[in-house]
Amino acid sequence: MNTTVESSEIFVPAREPKTYLTEGRTLKSWLLTTDHKRIGLLYLYSLLVYFTIAAIAAALMRLELITPAGDMVTSETYNKLFTIHGTLMVWFFLIPSIPAVLGNFVIPMMIGARDVAFPRLNLLSWYIFNIGGSLALYSVLFGGVDTGWTFYTPYSSTYANSHVIAMAAGIFIAGFGTILTGLNFIITIHKLRAPGMTWFRMPLFLWSMYSTSVIMVLATPVLAMTLALMSIERIWGVGVFDPKLGGDPVLFQHLFWFYSHPAVYIMILPGMGVVSELITCFSRKQIFGYHFVAFASVAIAVLGFLVWGHHMFVAGESIYAGIVFSFLSYMVSVPSAIKVFNWTMTLYRGSISFETPMLYALGFIGLFTVGGLTGLFLAAVGLDVHVTDTYFVVAHFHYIMVGGMVTAFMGGLHYWWPKITGRMYPEKLGQLAALIMYIGFNLTFFPQFILGYLGMPRRYHAYAPEFQIYNVMSSAGASILGVGYLLPLIYFIWSLKHGKKAPANPWNATGLEWQTTSPPPKHNFKETPVVTGPPYQYSAEETEIALHKPAKEQRAAS
Amino acid sequence: MNNPPTALQDQFVEMPQQKEAATLGMWTFLATEVLFFGAMFMSYITYRTAYPRAFALASHHTILLFGTINTAILLTSSLTMALAVQAAKESNSRWLFRFLVATVLFGVAFLGVKGLEYHQDIADHLWPGPHFKSGLPPEAQIFWVLYWIMTGVHALHVTVGIVLLSIMALMARRQKFSGAYYTPVENSGLYWHFVDVIWIFLYPLLYLIHRYAA
Amino acid sequence: MKTANAPKKMYIRIWIALLALLALTWGLSEVDLGPFNNVAALGISAAKTLLVVLFFMHVRYEPKLTWIFVSAGLIWLLIMVDLTMSDYVTRGNVRPTGQSWRHTGQIDPATPATRSPD
Repeated sequence: MNTTVESSEIFVPAREPKTYLTEGRTLKSWLLTTDHKRIGLLYLYSLLVYFTIAAIAAALMRLELITPAGDMVTSETYNKLFTIHGTLMVWFFLIPSIPAVLGNFVIPMMIGARDVAFPRLNLLSWYIFNIGGSLALYSVLFGGVDTGWTFYTPYSSTYANSHVIAMAAGIFIAGFGTILTGLNFIITIHKLRAPGMTWFRMPLFLWSMYSTSVIMVLATPVLAMTLALMSIERIWGVGVFDPKLGGDPVLFQHLFWFYSHPAVYIMILPGMGVVSELITCFSRKQIFGYHFVAFASVAIAVLGFLVWGHHMFVAGESIYAGIVFSFLSYMVSVPSAIKVFNWTMTLYRGSISFETPMLYALGFIGLFTVGGLTGLFLAAVGLDVHVTDTYFVVAHFHYIMVGGMVTAFMGGLHYWWPKITGRMYPEKLGQLAALIMYIGFNLTFFPQFILGYLGMPRRYHAYAPEFQIYNVMSSAGASILGVGYLLPLIYFIWSLKHGKKAPANPWNATGLEWQTTSPPPKHNFKETPVVTGPPYQYSAEETEIALHKPAKEQRAAS
Repeated sequence: MNNPPTALQDQFVEMPQQKEAATLGMWTFLATEVLFFGAMFMSYITYRTAYPRAFALASHHTILLFGTINTAILLTSSLTMALAVQAAKESNSRWLFRFLVATVLFGVAFLGVKGLEYHQDIADHLWPGPHFKSGLPPEAQIFWVLYWIMTGVHALHVTVGIVLLSIMALMARRQKFSGAYYTPVENSGLYWHFVDVIWIFLYPLLYLIHRYAA
Repeated sequence: MKTANAPKKMYIRIWIALLALLALTWGLSEVDLGPFNNVAALGISAAKTLLVVLFFMHVRYEPKLTWIFVSAGLIWLLIMVDLTMSDYVTRGNVRPTGQSWRHTGQIDPATPATRSPD
């Protein structure tokens, strides 16, 4: 991709040029920033807090599950643990993660813009997110919620004795932060692309983020109103889900899953977008089937809205509806499969190197595939009847969410870390951490497929003794997984002071974000770049060389 | 007297781009509002399909006169809003201000009528719960739960609209808008018209179920 | 300008049409039209909405992209309504009899089996 950005100064300035990090160092300049890059970092700090609490909840759960008896915590406490884990992970970590951190940071740079379309709205989103988060934390600290992250009525609306409303209010409010972020990204991608960047010259990360934003904007309002309806029933004692008045609790599930199924696509699409960037860069190759991958993102966003009933096969929805939703659920797997095929074909005959981001990307492809395929198991009504509400489901979504999404997040974080901070992380440690994470992850979650298949129910802290061996494996894996996440936390912080200074383009990647300094100046580019060609122009010449020379040699030559 | 247009914001290259972005942004927000109200409409459709008779009986106790007057009020307020935007386009700050104030007053009138109506509804024991009006089937309470929630959320949106348009009116008075720059007025108008459209659907759904049998 | 008052005149005409539709929708609800009461009510609301959206909200003069944004919310709402109602209107249509097919002697699954299982 050609640009007209100057790549070097004619003379070296007397002191370091100002970057977005050094323009204004006061707390106020951070808390009142409208710079998308700083807002991305603000989100990163917030997410760390929520992730840590949710991870501690998971650790306690896995500790309890080492023995078959429910002997570490009471049932009520265990209910609170998995609820806290679910709500905080879904709404306060996974949904904002790539969009609010990497999306905010990278999207304007990737399209050659100076900022998002509505920078003040962007800052407002972060505040709204944390106001919601504070309410969620309040409910966690002052006794917890025990309804499960799904808040099913009538338990949540009538019988639960925990801080349901505080948590629901927190999610309601945080949801508006999500909506505003999605709105911002949609308009940004429509209106702020650099000259020459047509839709089909956009990097695929942008197609994924656009699709994600459409889902955010259309699905989240329904969740907000649904939680409000549930809360109203809880507060006033009458509502629309109350069977005594002729109401149907399953209507809550329809409304809830109308949002929550597309929500899982909010969580995974950005990860897929990151993977497209990583696979092309680290196999030095143009993406295979650009248009297919781009349209697949849109198809996932649209089809994702048509399948929510597969969460309700045994909840009481009609068999006819079950058939329709099952069929549509099979359909929605097709665009995801197309993406996996295309990434694989991109790797084929590419010049592959195994830097840390690539390890995460490769891990994503494998783990997401397993998660996706097991989703097809669940889409079959007959099979779902047996494994629903068992650990099979738990394993399925953790393969996608953790094996897919969190892995992609780690990959993206490593990939753009030099751009964000101006420092390189230690490569060998990065590769080690990726490997540890991969091993720990599989040890944690693969046994859960077996557990579910054998019949262990989810959300139970006491189980039949024959399940113990798999639970012990799973808990052991969880501790290894924890190390896999702790390591990057440590070395990322270490790298801020001691990491090697990063050049503008440490990976020799294409993409406008690499055409500016690491870290970038406040307004991203000295001059607006002009785009004259498609993305991923890892040159044909380079690819040819790759076929005849080992990767290391080729990189040394470039 | 025209003021110079508001400065082009940093992230935009030219004013038309900024205006288009703002308008598309407002439409995106209105799409979220459709889904936000949509969850309530979904509940309504579900239960009206399941309990047509109970819903009809329940709706006969809504005050048709107030509902109809309010619909006329909101439709007229949409007219004044459209005329306000036209005045802004013509750089006519005086009439812009007047039409905005008229719209605000209609909005306040709507809330006033709604307040009277709510007062009467409560006196008629139409608040769901243990003291709900006797003689109606239990499903009628679902209708009334939806009535209170849907009109309540709508009234909240009307209130937000009133505040928004009042701010626009104050800015108009200070000559902040002209034919070259009136985007905030236009987008506030979009919001106000949307609130009207929601009521256009609420009115028949809540007030007009089988009125011939009332 | 010759056309200076044109938009204002059009707006007033639209407003009168809206009030006429209001009277119509009220009037029709006072008459028993059977199932067409619903059709009429929703149809008239849709007509009013079109007038407000196309003219008061200027969508008629906006580029295609705006039309897409305008329709998106509605289309997604229809998705929600359509698929949710596909559950509610088919509840009880197909009922598992809980018995092996050899024993029921029933072809129509909607009718409860009258024979007790062996």
